[in-house]
Amino acid sequence: MNKQSKVLVGKQHNVVSRTQEAPHSVAHFDIQYHQVIDYEGKPVVDLLPKIAKDRDLLIKLYQAMFKTRLFDKKAISLQRRGQLGTYASALGQEAIGAAIGSLMKDEDVLFPAYREYAAQFLQGVKMSEILLYWGGNEQGMNFQGPRRDFPICVPIASQAPQAIGVAYAIQLRGEKRVAVCVLGDGATSKGDFYEALNAAGAWTLPVVFIINNNRWAISLPLSKQTHAQTLAQKAIAAGITGEQVDGNDVIALYARIEQAMGKARSGAGPTVIEALTYRLCDHTTADDASRYRSEQELQAYWRYEPIKRLHLYMTQKAYWSEQDEQKLQARCQDEIDSAVQEYLHAPAQAPESMFDYLYATLPQSLVQQRASVMRKESKK
Amino acid sequence: MTEVTLLDAVNMGLHSEMSADPNVVVIGEDVGLNGGVFRATEGLQKKFGVQRVIDTPLSESLIAGMSIGMAAEGLKPVAEIQFMGFIYSAIDQIISHASRLRNRTRGRLSCPLVLRAPFGGGIHAPEHHSESTEALFAHIPGLRVVIPSSPGRAYGLLLASIRDPDPVIFLEPKRIYRLVKQAVEDKGEALPLDVCFILREGGDVTLVSWGAMIHETLAAAEQLSLSGINAEVIDVATIKPLDMNTILESVAKTGHCVIIHEAARTCGVGAEIAAQLAEQGLMSLFAPVERVTGYDTVMPLFNLEQDYMPSIERIIAAVNSTLEEA
Repeated sequence: MNKQSKVLVGKQHNVVSRTQEAPHSVAHFDIQYHQVIDYEGKPVVDLLPKIAKDRDLLIKLYQAMFKTRLFDKKAISLQRRGQLGTYASALGQEAIGAAIGSLMKDEDVLFPAYREYAAQFLQGVKMSEILLYWGGNEQGMNFQGPRRDFPICVPIASQAPQAIGVAYAIQLRGEKRVAVCVLGDGATSKGDFYEALNAAGAWTLPVVFIINNNRWAISLPLSKQTHAQTLAQKAIAAGITGEQVDGNDVIALYARIEQAMGKARSGAGPTVIEALTYRLCDHTTADDASRYRSEQELQAYWRYEPIKRLHLYMTQKAYWSEQDEQKLQARCQDEIDSAVQEYLHAPAQAPESMFDYLYATLPQSLVQQRASVMRKESKK
Repeated sequence: MTEVTLLDAVNMGLHSEMSADPNVVVIGEDVGLNGGVFRATEGLQKKFGVQRVIDTPLSESLIAGMSIGMAAEGLKPVAEIQFMGFIYSAIDQIISHASRLRNRTRGRLSCPLVLRAPFGGGIHAPEHHSESTEALFAHIPGLRVVIPSSPGRAYGLLLASIRDPDPVIFLEPKRIYRLVKQAVEDKGEALPLDVCFILREGGDVTLVSWGAMIHETLAAAEQLSLSGINAEVIDVATIKPLDMNTILESVAKTGHCVIIHEAARTCGVGAEIAAQLAEQGLMSLFAPVERVTGYDTVMPLFNLEQDYMPSIERIIAAVNSTLEEA
């Protein structure tokens, strides 16, 4: 048999196999779970990633989480006092943003959902900008730091196809940048998520998807969101790597996201990382989770939260002292207080400003509408 | 100068702008090797390569969404949605993001993209292939909606749309893709957006239309002229934002207005034009504004599509009716 006929036989084989061969397995998949330290701050693996011994980096991660939690508390209290609109808390999920933000370079592009403050702060978004946004002022998304990062994304999963566009542009220009797209567990039920994953795989794009699986999509628990064993396995259908990480273990998160970003940066394609965490807060300040979630469950998850865990690890390693903690507390508090002042004293928005960024140049047909708003204002 | 069809003109415009600007990329389903199902993107991939002329997976929301990401990165994506009837799964990206990225970031990010889609009925196409739902997009702040009605305007308005710093929904009347040929100079010259084009001057009645219906409208004007009625024909061309000044000036002259569009009547763009005429041009009008439109029905399958779409006879009847009322 020559080569030619072998190929022919091979082709026919596929056709006849339907009738002549017994069903057999044609593909095998596996989802890995990664954890480095447990909830008591004890290592669970023998071979610790480098970062586990990098005191400075651990402190950076700790500070990012700590600051985010204090900020969160402040934002909620501002909302309760009527000084902020509806606010989406990141309570319990700070490790994900901290790991992402510590790994992103200036030229990378973040596609947040709306609980990624830790990442955004590390990217250079100001706390006052986040407050402005939830305080009803579009200026809040005009980040003075990371000019290319996308704004907070409210329509679930819709940022995912946009991340594909950025990743494609990066690839087209032969740059070594990465698009990082963060989504919630609910987002993995949406078409945009699947469409984006599929394209990321088809084009081997430099993009990392990180799923903040906090187990609740407003009132829908994960068990009712999907029958899939993991969310990471949704990557498999797109032909890309998916893995689970303990989302409250910032060391594991850092190590795995570092790996994924390095892979993307080198041109080896996308990764989906499912970070298992828990939403210790309500969905937003407009939500009351006690309507659908038991106090017992909530309390049970507090023991796994990420800040205490890293604190325990760093204390055990003698990387961190009570004195350090107090200094950090005071410094963050100062920073937050001045951000709040900056927010509260931000210049009021002129009513006509709603017209000013609709188009690069205001169309003639809108000139009169804009003028009518201005007149109204001057009558006051 | 070569004589080209509207479809050729689109293709010519894409070639021209891709040559002129390395940031222009073309994306969509079957736009590459196949050259698009209507051949609007014919030859582009061969000339500009697979990286700039991108065959996407079958994912309309992806196409719109990735265009937004590309645009924010400084590329100028020209995306094709194969038929307007398939644009709806991309509508969240268009409305929630493309139209407002500039606004919600206060100008930090912008969205210079063009979403091309063939639209309208009359080619005996299958279900969902004959939609005229331009009003959906005309309603959305932050968008431009541009509809050419001749080869020359297809070329010039497409160039303008690609160069525009904001998102443009560019709807191509596929019924007239190959209907007429016209000499179009391939000199990279754009036509202005946001303005109507007066295709025929007349002092008795103003006929306002766009897209494929321009041809029935012009034919009606021609027939009316035989009975001594001189109709002015306005091609709106950019239906969002609307150039009402040109329409108002014409109606100030004629005192009568008939608006013709293929789309369903209720909340069609004709309703907006009529409302603005009532607000700003009432004193010029000798009779109520008439609308000749598709019906408020689902676009029928092709057996009945000719009954659905405005005909020359319906346009003439409307003109006669408005003139009789004077």
